[in-house]
Amino acid sequence: MAVMSQDPLNKDQKKRPDTQTFGQKVGHFVRKHNLTPYFFITPPLLLYIMWVIGPMFYTFYLSMTDWDGISRNRETRRPEFEFIGLENFYDLFGSLGKVIPSAFEYSLYNNLVWLLVFITIPLVMGLGLAVILNQGIHGERWFKVGIFLPQILSLAVVALIWSWVYNPRAGLINTFLAGIGVAPENLPGWLADKDWAIWSVIAAATWRQIGYVMILYVAGLKNVPVTLLEAAQVDGANAWERFRYVTLPLLMPVTTIVIVISVIDSLRAFDLVQIMTRGGPANSTSVLANLMYIQAFNNYRMGLGAATAVVLFFISLVFIIAYLYRVMQDELEY
Amino acid sequence: MATTNLPNQPAKKGTQIHWGKVALFIFLLVFTIVYMSPFFGAIITSVRTQEDISVNGFWSIPTEVTFSNYTEAWQRANVDRYLLNSFIITIPALIGTIFLSSLSAYALARHRFRINRFIYFMYVAGTLLPFQILLLPVFLLSNYLGIYDTYWAVILIHTAFQMGFCTFVLRNFMRTLPGEIMDAARIDGCSEWGIYWRIVMPLTVPGIAAIATLEFTWIFNDYIWALMLIQNDELKPVTSGLTTLQGQFVTNWPLIVAGALLAAIPTVVVFFALQRYFIGGLTLGSVK
Repeated sequence: MAVMSQDPLNKDQKKRPDTQTFGQKVGHFVRKHNLTPYFFITPPLLLYIMWVIGPMFYTFYLSMTDWDGISRNRETRRPEFEFIGLENFYDLFGSLGKVIPSAFEYSLYNNLVWLLVFITIPLVMGLGLAVILNQGIHGERWFKVGIFLPQILSLAVVALIWSWVYNPRAGLINTFLAGIGVAPENLPGWLADKDWAIWSVIAAATWRQIGYVMILYVAGLKNVPVTLLEAAQVDGANAWERFRYVTLPLLMPVTTIVIVISVIDSLRAFDLVQIMTRGGPANSTSVLANLMYIQAFNNYRMGLGAATAVVLFFISLVFIIAYLYRVMQDELEY
Repeated sequence: MATTNLPNQPAKKGTQIHWGKVALFIFLLVFTIVYMSPFFGAIITSVRTQEDISVNGFWSIPTEVTFSNYTEAWQRANVDRYLLNSFIITIPALIGTIFLSSLSAYALARHRFRINRFIYFMYVAGTLLPFQILLLPVFLLSNYLGIYDTYWAVILIHTAFQMGFCTFVLRNFMRTLPGEIMDAARIDGCSEWGIYWRIVMPLTVPGIAAIATLEFTWIFNDYIWALMLIQNDELKPVTSGLTTLQGQFVTNWPLIVAGALLAAIPTVVVFFALQRYFIGGLTLGSVK
């Protein structure tokens, strides 16, 4: 037996290096240095670095230049600009606190309002609807579909539909108000009215967001164990107490996600403003994302636009780090 | 459907009416109708003529029901071309992003290597990036590569940007697959590519279906990249095309709204056809 097992195997192993084909040698090298995963991650990573990571850093650089978007070197055709340090940022922050608010001041304020509305109203309404739908209402599926439907529409479609809804003369709201007897001079101009405009845009955005939050909570509620609720009821907790002390804490992970998504979506807000108002009237609906677009492509101040994007980035960074921290904690549980 | 109804409530006969539930039902019905009124209102407007609405107002019985707004939007306002462009952009971007992220997801989920976590967190962070920060450099890069104002400019940025979220979801999905199958294949002499392509990918199909449904609507609904990177009216997808239409037919609301509703059809159809995957995708990415 000893001879049997020794002979063929040993011979084979000794001969191996000589008879290995090139492919086998490569395979051996790859396995020895654990290179396999790098073959899989490299192609996607190259694309990601080129189109996402690289551009991100390039924006930081652009934000410290005075590029106007037009000037190019005559020979190389490369963009031509000068490094001006933090001047664009002085420009932006120096414009705060003037008698007539600057577009940047409006944008910061509007982004903040948008953010606050987004982390309260869709959250409360989405949770409320999810709890009601979880009671086993007849036809719950159709209610879910109906409330979720706006989320499927593109923001461009939502913007056009709501532009019509808000239209002062032909729109859904004002014709309804006129129909129930509101005098024409009391009808708000909605998007055309400086005081109403930003709220009107945010309302349209909220309309699209509620269904999304609701669906996340519906899924979350399915994971709340009935046994815990039963135990609480046996202990004498009423419906509100069961919700407040059992369901709500168990929904905490969903709530975190909802808040992160809402914050990010509110900071990304662009489409609705761009289509419905272009930031007007008188900058009153300007948001950072929209302001940067206008600075860069309408006013030909790419450097300033990049600086605005960088401000937006740093605001988001707070929330990105908070979310990463949570993901990291999940990872450590494994 | 799961309910929070507690079993120790006295069992009621089916014929008995639960007044609480009836009240909730009525509340939901009214709420949903009011909630969807902009949508219903838009549909009603789109099948009326502009003269009818401007003379009689919105809250009147339509004098006639017409689909002329749809045919006009389809033909004269170019919506047919815009919709075709949307598909030409969305489908390659969708395939590209799913294929590439499945590659990195496989490596991240199933291999130990030094920068594994770093790459993973980079993709997660990239998902949340306000993409406005990429706008100007991507605009420059597209110009530099000579693909500005072509389908490729939009396809490439979508492929790259959506990879973050897809990798995140697929990696977590692949982690739940039993490792024994892959070990068995490895012992049987299967190559790494074979393991990825013939074992991991078929098992990941449910995850891919969910994420693909979701990504389809996200890429299809994109506005900002199309606005930025495509100027040629013949190449515009339906989102940025619609705003051209809005500029062209300023106050012709029936026509604008008809165009908007036409633009919504593909994503709504995908949602209804693949509803389970769609909802699955939403919750896969967010609720673990």
